[in-house]
Amino acid sequence: MKYLDEYRDSRIARGLAAEIRQRSTRPWVLMEICGGQTHTLMRYGIDELLGESVQLVHGPGCPVCVTPLETIDRAIALARRADVTLVSYGDMLRVPGSETDLFHVKAEGGDVRIVYSPSDAVQLARSQPERKIVFFAVGFETTAPAHAMAVLHAERLGVRNFSLLASHVLVPPAIRTLLSSPNNRVQGFIAPGHVCTVVGCREYEDLVREFRVPIVVGGFEPVDLLEAIRMLVMQLEEGRAEVENQYVRSVQYEGNRPAQDAVQRVFEVTDRKWRGIGPIAVSGLRLKDKYAAFDAERLFELTSVCAEEPAECISAEVLLGHKKPTDCTAFGTRCTPDKPLGAPMVSSEGACAAYYQYRRHLVSIARG
Amino acid sequence: MPLITNTAATSSPLPVARDEPKDLAALSCPLPLPAGERILLGHGSGGKLSAELLKDIFLPALGNPVLNQLEDQAIVSLGAARLAITTDSFVVKPLFFRGGDIGSLAVHGTINDLAMGGAEPLWLSAAFILEEGLPIETLRRVVTSMHEAAERAGVPIVTGDTKVVERGSADSLFINTTGIGRVRDGVSLSASQARPGDVIIVSGFLGDHGIAILAEREGLQFETQVTSDSAALHTLVAALLQATREVRCLRDPTRGGLSSTLNEIAGSSQVGMELDETSIPVREEVRGACEMLGLDPLYVANEGKLVAIVALSHAQAALKGLQGHPLGKDAAIIGRVTEDHPRMVVMRTPFGTTRIVDMLAGDQLPRIC
Repeated sequence: MKYLDEYRDSRIARGLAAEIRQRSTRPWVLMEICGGQTHTLMRYGIDELLGESVQLVHGPGCPVCVTPLETIDRAIALARRADVTLVSYGDMLRVPGSETDLFHVKAEGGDVRIVYSPSDAVQLARSQPERKIVFFAVGFETTAPAHAMAVLHAERLGVRNFSLLASHVLVPPAIRTLLSSPNNRVQGFIAPGHVCTVVGCREYEDLVREFRVPIVVGGFEPVDLLEAIRMLVMQLEEGRAEVENQYVRSVQYEGNRPAQDAVQRVFEVTDRKWRGIGPIAVSGLRLKDKYAAFDAERLFELTSVCAEEPAECISAEVLLGHKKPTDCTAFGTRCTPDKPLGAPMVSSEGACAAYYQYRRHLVSIARG
Repeated sequence: MPLITNTAATSSPLPVARDEPKDLAALSCPLPLPAGERILLGHGSGGKLSAELLKDIFLPALGNPVLNQLEDQAIVSLGAARLAITTDSFVVKPLFFRGGDIGSLAVHGTINDLAMGGAEPLWLSAAFILEEGLPIETLRRVVTSMHEAAERAGVPIVTGDTKVVERGSADSLFINTTGIGRVRDGVSLSASQARPGDVIIVSGFLGDHGIAILAEREGLQFETQVTSDSAALHTLVAALLQATREVRCLRDPTRGGLSSTLNEIAGSSQVGMELDETSIPVREEVRGACEMLGLDPLYVANEGKLVAIVALSHAQAALKGLQGHPLGKDAAIIGRVTEDHPRMVVMRTPFGTTRIVDMLAGDQLPRIC
């Protein structure tokens, strides 16, 4: 793992943190979008390292957290059908729908499987032609190419018992929503490096021009994030607003063309509801009509359930960066990862869960 | 180990929360399990769900002064002798893996639960639940391996039982082993005995077993040279106790890994713990596999490692005692017991910052991204 060790080097990290503290003339409010980045910041205590020099707020970039309740309920309805095998990434199984979660459906006899790759689901469909294999396809622009490839692969092989329950979300429309909010206080963004590896940096140029906000494409290791924060602070201190790329070892300006082509062949942009935030225009992907035969929403009669988030939950304000998880009165008491009230506590990469998992010892000290 | 055994067809014997009964009510949700609830795989993970089963189902029905101790083994008196008794069921899948198989694991796991109580293991039993259709050759390989493991350890299997269930009623082969041992005179080990100032020692590299098993799982083919650490630890414990008797507690961090074990001890002893991340031994290959799979090595199962809580004044003696044994040559001091943040395990990162090392609610789950 030498490749990762360099990006976790404590000497380099401390040096970057010292430089950020030195250069920062006021506590700039910065947001990382991706839940994986939130996870790293909390795990390594980077907020502790930076002190008052910047204020880190955490964005809506955990796909598990923002998947709407009714989509979870649809997955649960599918998993309860005797003829369906529901295949999913592992961390979706624990996410509560309005009444239950997929782990409980599995215990009741539902056929629910965990895979690491959607192509495993296609393989499963080939080996079990009598079953209807539905892959629960959630994620940002990062997972969409693999899901598109799975559909194209199934089409090429003539696999007819494979479909997607697709609920993809897109990052730039979410940033636009954040910046358009009258309560916005975010002054700079760390864009998710894996998303930009796929889609490139072009869409972020539009945001920078429109809102004059600096955006740095960042990686996922502590040194990556500290470097991205330093680049943001430099831009802010110098009065610049540009797209800069910290994650050069992975991200190219144009992104990954073959991956983009696969997504464009299979999916089209649609409006999408985000759990905890609400509907955002043109912020999701759905299967094109041409691939309706692979669209579980169209193949199965899925009743839509509208569920209300608990009133005490401030997830919308957390996901929009207005408040920190620890500002919530329910944090760590009435809302824990075991019994989450709302979206950011459900997945380990949600902002509330990351604070709970790694940082609550400092909260309890602060609260006395 | 009493009562809850491993449910998921995954790894190994399972460390269930062993807090004193008085603490159990405070452990998690105060509501009893609602009627109509079902057993989830997470109830066998050794985490919070397992603790709920103990609190709501097993202890109310079966509790007694010995059982209520909730150690890895029961200690009972018979005349002047103190006997250790433990039982464990093995449902690992696949049956054969790099570095071991379900047979040797079933021998090692039960010997280790006796050894962690400071006992010299004397006898084992073995009970088999076989699925109709299981190839006889598979059973032969497993039983041969059990024999070899028991002989190497010098602990005979003295009684047994076999049941066959219909195809589909069991996943090819399950084994239960029970062990009896004699507790060494003057030795008294318990998860409730950790004191502020004590040091925390592990006997070697963490996470090898869990990663070796995952590498063989269907759908998760990745190439690794990692071998399960499955081993009988009673001679290592003997070497440690020969070096010093100032050992407060021994545990083998099996399912749920180091983090679950330390959280249990911190809970039982009402103390905090502070770990030093840079001193925790994890192999490069295990770290790499964990990165790829989105897992944390501190939560991954071990089958041939122990955690020792030792008085500070005897830390070096204990470390030397462990390092002088082949199974303990990579032993390391990884942290200390604190008065601060009771019942919480906190880790000092290489950056000088701190974070919590929590107990998992259920199994560790691979993440989307």
